[in-house]
Amino acid sequence: MTSQLLQLQRRMATAVMEPLTRQETTRKIRRDGAVMAREASVFIKPNASLTSLERLEIYNKQYWFRLYSSLEDDFPGLLAVLGRRTFERVMRCYLDTYPSTSFTLRDLGSKLLMYLSSHEALTGGKSKLVLDVVGLEWAHIEAYDAATFPAPEPKYFAGITDDSLLRLQPSVRLLELSYPVDDLLISIRQSIGSSDTSSNNASVTRKSSTIRYVGKISPTNLWLAVHRQEFAVYYKRLRPEEYRMLCGIQAGLPLGEVFGTAFQGSTMDEASQADLLQEAFHQWAVLGWLCAPE
Amino acid sequence: MPANRFNGFTEYGVGIGLRIPHYQHIFEQKPVVDWFEIISENYMVDGGRPLYILDQILDQYRVVQHGVSLYLGSAERLNREHLRRLKELVRRTKTPWLTDHLCWGSVDGRYTHDLLPMPYTFEAARVTAEKIRHVQDFLEIPIAVENVSSYAEFHVSEMTEWEFLVEVVEQADCGILLDVNNIYVSSRNHGFDALEYVNSIPAERVAQIHIAGHSKFQKYTLDTHDHPVIEPVWQLYKRSIERCGSTATLLEWDDNIPSFEEVHREALKANCFLDQQHESAGIRPISTVVSQPGAM
Ligand SMILES: [Fe+2]
Repeated sequence: MTSQLLQLQRRMATAVMEPLTRQETTRKIRRDGAVMAREASVFIKPNASLTSLERLEIYNKQYWFRLYSSLEDDFPGLLAVLGRRTFERVMRCYLDTYPSTSFTLRDLGSKLLMYLSSHEALTGGKSKLVLDVVGLEWAHIEAYDAATFPAPEPKYFAGITDDSLLRLQPSVRLLELSYPVDDLLISIRQSIGSSDTSSNNASVTRKSSTIRYVGKISPTNLWLAVHRQEFAVYYKRLRPEEYRMLCGIQAGLPLGEVFGTAFQGSTMDEASQADLLQEAFHQWAVLGWLCAPE
Repeated sequence: MPANRFNGFTEYGVGIGLRIPHYQHIFEQKPVVDWFEIISENYMVDGGRPLYILDQILDQYRVVQHGVSLYLGSAERLNREHLRRLKELVRRTKTPWLTDHLCWGSVDGRYTHDLLPMPYTFEAARVTAEKIRHVQDFLEIPIAVENVSSYAEFHVSEMTEWEFLVEVVEQADCGILLDVNNIYVSSRNHGFDALEYVNSIPAERVAQIHIAGHSKFQKYTLDTHDHPVIEPVWQLYKRSIERCGSTATLLEWDDNIPSFEEVHREALKANCFLDQQHESAGIRPISTVVSQPGAM
């Protein structure tokens, strides 16, 4: 038997999470046909100055305002690429399909890339750029507060063979992109700053940041590592061979296989390959990207 | 109560919420602050800057954890991953007590990220108290629950908000984080007597007090934490201190956050009431013991 408490909470959550109208008010008729005023009056008491529906509307608005503002903070690049109207329409559809299932707002955008990959029509002609931007913005969030594992002892490198395993720090995220969205996000983040908090207050109006609109961006293939240095997140462009090696390490392949796949189809001669290997490993070690296997 | 089993027998004085815009000031000026309240969720992460900052704060200040998403009043079960991360953070901060809200906010695994009001029923009190006991057992520290500001009441309620609060904390045998601003805001929205609320609280269970500002609209009052504390709220605070004694007090300021000094100055106004309480109890006034802000 469903408890009275659970029934009431289901009823109220459904009402609170119902999307607002374009004028940011509570809908009169819900999409399932329910009349909101009647629905609200079933469980919420009116008072001398507010009807049941008006009381519900306070929570309905707070829900959407809080979630929009959290997504704006996390995806300023997407906001700039889409503009506010489209951004909000896309986010409303996203949250309607994937309401938050985490206790923390930090995870609110965790399924956005997946959602947009299967709903390209929502972002029209910009869908490829949008996927690159969202992929990078989510990687940024993940890199920011990922764990740090100990680096391997220097002697580990001396004894390395084809069968050796390494791991990448969880803060290193690898992306293959079709647009130079790294430059775009650096300039956007510099102009707006960013925040990363939860709080427990209500907002008088919706909090919205100023948007920097983005002009046309020409496509370029690029391979990127998102990584953390001294608690700040950076983007580093990689050569495709480096990218493939890092992906291999991240996938847990033995180093022999990592090297094999990295140079598949590469026109680089053996001497240059050896130089690249040495240089790349040295740089990754200096940047602290590598950690010992579990 | 000043020091009791619900706040780990501590006497913490007057603190403020740790907020990002103040980090620079805190690290550069190292102001004297009795304690900081942190929002647990902001530090329940695997690594990076949030935990680096927290460790620096913990080196120099006393910290108490305040949560916004345990949803002790949700009918669904507690989230195990949430509890695991929370316990990890509790070990890190060594918070003497931990607070969250007497509210709900999730159902069937979907989170609203809001502090939704409880129906004041005996069933809801029992479910909530059970969950608080579970959290208390798991975390092995005292829990105090905070009364929230609310904008709606339910037909099914069987008692007043304060009766519900008492019912829950007695069944759970837990503490109270008494938010006098929330009492004021809810009293305006629901037309009850805020003083009657304060007078009905079991004073011996009060672990901590919150003070804050809010915003008034024509038809309702919203708990915005973006203004100084208003006089009627200070009066509720005064009455709470008379009843509970000199209790750990915290000012919440979450929006339009002014300078560190301004926030701390506003919080330290609480010392006037705490001093009066100390004098009437024949104890040396707290403000001669606690340094003024920025004194270092
Ligand atoms: Fe509070």
